[in-house]
Amino acid sequence: MQYDHILIRYGEMALKGKNMNKFISRLQENIQHKLKEFAHIKVKRTQGRMFVLLHGHDPEQVIDKCKNVFGIQSLSLAIKVENDVDAIKDGALYALTNSVDVHQFKVTVKRVNKDFPIGSQEMNQVLGGHLLSNTDGYAVDVHQPDMEINVEIRSEATYITSQVIPGLGGLPVGTSGKSLLMLSGGIDSPVAGYLAMKRGVQIEAIHFHSPPFTSERAKQKVIDLAETLTKYGNSIKIHVVPFTKLQQEIFREMPDGYAMTIMRRIMMRISEKISESESILSITTGENLGQVASQTMESMHTINEVTNYPILRPLITMDKQEIIKIAQEIDTYDTSILPYEDCCTIFVPKSPKTRPTREKVNQFESNKDFTNLIEEAVNQAEVVKVSDQRESASVFDDLL
Amino acid sequence: MIYLDNSATTKPDPAVLKSFERVSSQYFANPSSIHQLGGETEKLLKQAKKQAASILKVSPDEIVFTSGGTEGNNTAIKGIALEHQERGKHIITSEIEHPSVHDACQSLESLGFDITYLPVNQAGVITVEDVENAIKHDTILISLMHVNNELGSIQPIKEIGEIAKRHPKLFFHVDDVQGIGKVPLPLRDSGIDLCTFSAHKIHGLKGTGILYVGNRTKLFPLLHGGSQEQGIRSGTENLAGAVAMVKALRFIKEREKKEVHRLYELSDYLKSELQQLTSVEVNTADHAAPHIINFSVVGAKPEVIIHMLGEENIFISTKSACSSKQKDESKVLTACGFDKARSTSALRVSLSYQTTRDDITVFLQAIEKAINQFKEVME
Repeated sequence: MQYDHILIRYGEMALKGKNMNKFISRLQENIQHKLKEFAHIKVKRTQGRMFVLLHGHDPEQVIDKCKNVFGIQSLSLAIKVENDVDAIKDGALYALTNSVDVHQFKVTVKRVNKDFPIGSQEMNQVLGGHLLSNTDGYAVDVHQPDMEINVEIRSEATYITSQVIPGLGGLPVGTSGKSLLMLSGGIDSPVAGYLAMKRGVQIEAIHFHSPPFTSERAKQKVIDLAETLTKYGNSIKIHVVPFTKLQQEIFREMPDGYAMTIMRRIMMRISEKISESESILSITTGENLGQVASQTMESMHTINEVTNYPILRPLITMDKQEIIKIAQEIDTYDTSILPYEDCCTIFVPKSPKTRPTREKVNQFESNKDFTNLIEEAVNQAEVVKVSDQRESASVFDDLL
Repeated sequence: MIYLDNSATTKPDPAVLKSFERVSSQYFANPSSIHQLGGETEKLLKQAKKQAASILKVSPDEIVFTSGGTEGNNTAIKGIALEHQERGKHIITSEIEHPSVHDACQSLESLGFDITYLPVNQAGVITVEDVENAIKHDTILISLMHVNNELGSIQPIKEIGEIAKRHPKLFFHVDDVQGIGKVPLPLRDSGIDLCTFSAHKIHGLKGTGILYVGNRTKLFPLLHGGSQEQGIRSGTENLAGAVAMVKALRFIKEREKKEVHRLYELSDYLKSELQQLTSVEVNTADHAAPHIINFSVVGAKPEVIIHMLGEENIFISTKSACSSKQKDESKVLTACGFDKARSTSALRVSLSYQTTRDDITVFLQAIEKAINQFKEVME
């Protein structure tokens, strides 16, 4: 006997009414995609549940992959047995004796299939008795068990599970449309991307690259960050926009205090154009109220003037510490703090305006037409695609 | 040639050598340089680390590339001792450790540390109870080998890890130089805080190794400098060596999966055939690693047997490459309680996945012949 299934529970999606099926199908696809590397593995749906059929693969590795799929409320290792009392007894015994650090247990039987001849209550006692008489050193404790053995008698079979592993929750990526994430390489933007993905958003990324002021390593850092984010989705397209000319032009022609605001407005215009060509309906940023000069209420008001696309700002009310904590959890922090210059750190005005106004900015911008340069930057954007599947790997593979 | 001294060192895999050569010539830039060439080499270094981490099922920042087993063991033991001496000065190890552990511990004794050397039974195994009883309020480190290099005995690391987990104030270091690729040892959630590996025991190159340092483990570094390897091992990275090590690690893990059963069959065959020979006593116990077989030819000088086999182009060793006070006496065998006749006449055969059954058969014929010849001369 062995654990041959993983049971997957999805929470919030069950509330989606008529659209539920769409959400569940997407979840199934996403899980299947994550488990592509394991041959013959199957993801099956039954009412209200999903099962991964392991076909001999190491359950730990499979669970590790599933743990990063949004839309999963929790997971459990499961043994599938026939709807037969002796088989169920054997399965429960296996679950108990193959657990560690368990002294007190509890059995909970759920009889979904009412044709099964023994009632849930009675079955609880049958199994509890069987476990106690076939083991040493265990006791039943229904209030504070170290382990709860769940037995679900369904029409097709009985599933026995023991441990409930929490999933990430959220909605399956791809059920809420696409957004263009402005990915700088700092700590905040990857976290913003992650949180958007958690709400089912599929992301593409945009990055502004200013060679030779910013290095290949800064670009690589952004590619690495996007690759880390693919753990929670599938592939991510990164639009790397050459920004050197524009940046130089802005800082040469525009007043020092307003250069930062104008640069942000131009980035926003470029992001909108890329979104438009990719049929993306929103832009996601790592903005966070009050963190730096460009993120005051006045700044956001001024910058936001150039687009009527919705801007998702998942971090807007968070403290830096909260953001760092998520960055560490999702494995982007160590990459984010690598010290390479990026387009937001090379040209920093001595005293950027923290309270810019739309009127002033429009007045300065009217002195210089950036249209052609913007057009050129959009046209010359390079697309880099990163994926969660290993085959995309690198030129180093034959060395390692 | 029949090479049966794989616990001393293994023959480098040609593919590993090739990687080393290519990395040395193509990716020679310093990974810390900020120019593009440096960026490329840094990328390769990171990729190597990521791959090592995924093979060992740990996280990339828990991998420290070292110069090998001796450095790994010294970094772990002295690093913990120096960093946490305020907390306590008691260290637990065993009587059968490799000199790089034993002597590191002894050197700490001269600095005022208190070391407990646990005994072993005849099978060369320490008992879990002894470990538990040895732990004191000021114990900061338990350092034990996974597989013994002379006998192949396997220590109950998993159980000791469980004990270590219950004592959050102490660290648990495992020397897995002989075990990797032969006897599985999970690192994650195992109670192990530090673990030493060496490349040249797994068909990699000498001068390279890995020290696993768990995320919550803080060490005082032996080498200070440019803060490479998370500050634990400064010094310009030996990129080609590290890449080659990771490749060797990948290969050995693949072979372990496919071929470890065959290795057990080979060593069972070897043990049972050796037992048939007159004057031969097999010292390795039944439950041991599949690649190390220790036996004594009572009454014969091991060095003479080795030279006689060498004439036939067969290479085995006495105990291990390390020295002990008495020229031929094995400290490990003495610790196991073997008498002097046996502990001074020990020989070690160590296999690799390249060893064939034919190799073993030829070896058995040769050793039988050597023993008979020896006896004729002596009698």
